[in-house]
Amino acid sequence: MKKTLQETPLLDELEQGPWPSFVTGLKRLAQENDMMVDLLGQLETSYRTRTGYWKGGTVGVYGYGAGVIPRFTELKDEQGKPMFPEAAEFHTLRVQPPAGMHYTTDLLRRLCDVWVKHGSGLIAFHGQSGDIMFQGAKTANVQAAFDELNELGFDLGGAGADVRTSMSCVGAARCEMSCYDEQRALRTVINSNLDDMHRPSLPYKFKFKFSGCPNDCVNSIQRSDMAVIGTWRDAVRTDEALAREWFAAHGMEELIDNVITRCPSKAIRLKKANGSEPAPQVSRVMLDDDHLLEIDNPDCVRCMHCLNVMPGALLPGADRGVTILVGGKGVLKIGVSMGTVVVPFMKLETEEDLTKLNELARKVLEFFAENALDHERIGEMIERIGLANFLEALDLPVDPSMVLHPRTNPYVRTDDWDEQVAKAKARQDGA
Amino acid sequence: MAQPQHRLPVEHGAPDPMPFMHPVMKKNYGKWVYHNHPQPGVLYHRAQSGDEIWTVKAGTQRQMDHQTVRKLCDIADRYADGFVRFTARSNIEFMVADRGKVKPLIGALTEAGFPVGGTANSVSMIAHTQGWLHCDIPGTDASGVVKALMDELYEEFVGCQMPNRVKISTSCCEINCGGQADVAIIVQHTKPPKINHDLVANVCERPAVVARCPVAAIRPALVNGKPSLEVDEKKCVCCGACYPPCPPMQINDPEYSKIAVWVGGKNSNARIRPTFHKLVAAGLPNNPPRWPEVAEVVKKILGTYKKDGRPWERVSDWIERIGWAAFFRKTGLPFTRHHIDDWRGARSTLNASTHIRF
Repeated sequence: MKKTLQETPLLDELEQGPWPSFVTGLKRLAQENDMMVDLLGQLETSYRTRTGYWKGGTVGVYGYGAGVIPRFTELKDEQGKPMFPEAAEFHTLRVQPPAGMHYTTDLLRRLCDVWVKHGSGLIAFHGQSGDIMFQGAKTANVQAAFDELNELGFDLGGAGADVRTSMSCVGAARCEMSCYDEQRALRTVINSNLDDMHRPSLPYKFKFKFSGCPNDCVNSIQRSDMAVIGTWRDAVRTDEALAREWFAAHGMEELIDNVITRCPSKAIRLKKANGSEPAPQVSRVMLDDDHLLEIDNPDCVRCMHCLNVMPGALLPGADRGVTILVGGKGVLKIGVSMGTVVVPFMKLETEEDLTKLNELARKVLEFFAENALDHERIGEMIERIGLANFLEALDLPVDPSMVLHPRTNPYVRTDDWDEQVAKAKARQDGA
Repeated sequence: MAQPQHRLPVEHGAPDPMPFMHPVMKKNYGKWVYHNHPQPGVLYHRAQSGDEIWTVKAGTQRQMDHQTVRKLCDIADRYADGFVRFTARSNIEFMVADRGKVKPLIGALTEAGFPVGGTANSVSMIAHTQGWLHCDIPGTDASGVVKALMDELYEEFVGCQMPNRVKISTSCCEINCGGQADVAIIVQHTKPPKINHDLVANVCERPAVVARCPVAAIRPALVNGKPSLEVDEKKCVCCGACYPPCPPMQINDPEYSKIAVWVGGKNSNARIRPTFHKLVAAGLPNNPPRWPEVAEVVKKILGTYKKDGRPWERVSDWIERIGWAAFFRKTGLPFTRHHIDDWRGARSTLNASTHIRF
């Protein structure tokens, strides 16, 4: 029985203007199914009353404890009956996309077909954690929708106190800044911890994110509990042809204003060409016959700025790997936090390297599971117990790259100073 | 009676992207050496092998009806080799290995109503949350706020005229699922939760709710003979942290849930370290369907940044150079006592120097 769409004067205003309108899309769906007719009815009510009307609940698929976001309407009449019954159940399936969010049109159409058959036809590409969100299924249809998606090779993502769906940047697929195989690292870590995604039993959510370079296009440093960010430890590579091309096109003023003076650690300098050899550990590239650019690599903090301004002319070094930061999170409860360095550098090229990353991820998850309080993110846990204790528990060596500066207060027991010095020396000798 | 047979899930995890990746990207995986930006909405990449690929980026509404997805697929099939990818900000990217395909592709997207842009120094698509459409705790909508703002910022999406890229996020509660951004638009509640004492005992795990409060303003109480919770309203900072674990502590209010604007967040390590966004304006009305008061503040800030920022300065770099006094003066936004942080760590946000710009 096809329902008629009630009037939606407020939402209609969002059909105006040049940006693609989700309201027009919802109305297209409402021509096909009654669920979207009623969804529009409830949404228009929200716009009128400035109130949300969904509550959660328990809906899932067989074998999993997470991945479906249940939504039941709270917009009811005096008899307690839903005012928009066809949208009284409007659940979302969170589904993990192919890492890097690559799709063929054939695949997208198949996903659409499943959702037209079992759901509302409304899909979000993608949610803030990176899931494809299939929005709008009745409880009775959730299992069938999942089964078909699962047959296509797709799996539910995370929700609640579990490992969440992950994201990686486009990375190696199309970017010269990429310092490791982002999607492979993502799939290694995530797909080895699916039990902790599908069956929530952690103190709270745990997010991994993978960015190929310090530009951090998937915002991993703040938006994940464990961020894996590409970097390099040898010299910035240069391409003279592209450097000359850039300089010819942009000139001295832009070079000084946009490249030289914007270096945060003053590692980059403009010099006159005089035929001398560059000092060791210095990357040098000719800009024209008289001028050259030098980067003193030990001073460089790998911020990416000059590489961004002069693409191709300056490139990440050849000895690449990742920096790992732990503790990024949103505002609840202690305030927003960035991840902080726990591994300044590790290689991530061979199968063995990936296994090491995976083992570290597992150890971090296990320590979190054992030691965090209920609803405490790992960043909060570290704030509570202290970074040094966290590092010691994970058997990660302390390193000056983990702090902006050493402590500024004397409130510390140093009875074991000599023992700690011996440890530091042993690390140095071992390195 | 026999139990119905349940199909056991296959725990695939995150799918392998290789079967869905454009062949030129797959062939040159990890071997790219150069990129440039031929025009707004278009990126050019070159691989070591000499292979080239052009990417055309377009904005979407994110919450897409399947017809819109199919329309994008038709365009991809006809003009772009049948491959697409999505960015972290819900833009869609079409890749073509032939320069000649770029123009017709842009034409087809524009014709179909998808704005081409979002690259380099543009205002990219707004990272957004679920809002009234699907969230169980929203103070406002998400898709509607984004649609209304992107209409206003359309020219900044399709052009690339900002000093550097601009990332905007919206969040329909203070949890801030939209994340850190150059400009963030976030609900800010201004009244303590209204408690339905009849429901608390049955719905809420009271010790867990007490533990959620960042300022220890919630305590167990007996109200009308029923076990419930009470809030010390003088301590309460109206963050709404108690509402998700205890829906009878209603924090959302049509009038008193306001909207705040924050600026200067960035996740990239380029130049200064990653930064959090900072509160600059609050008390804006939650005014659907187009939130004009919010749009006005955002446009004012972006207009000032566009005029005053130097090349490559993100909003945070720009403010770092001009100082907060100039930011408030130039944008005309009032500086109030509420801008001075008093949460933990606040001392590090105070000016412990005589470095003052006059």
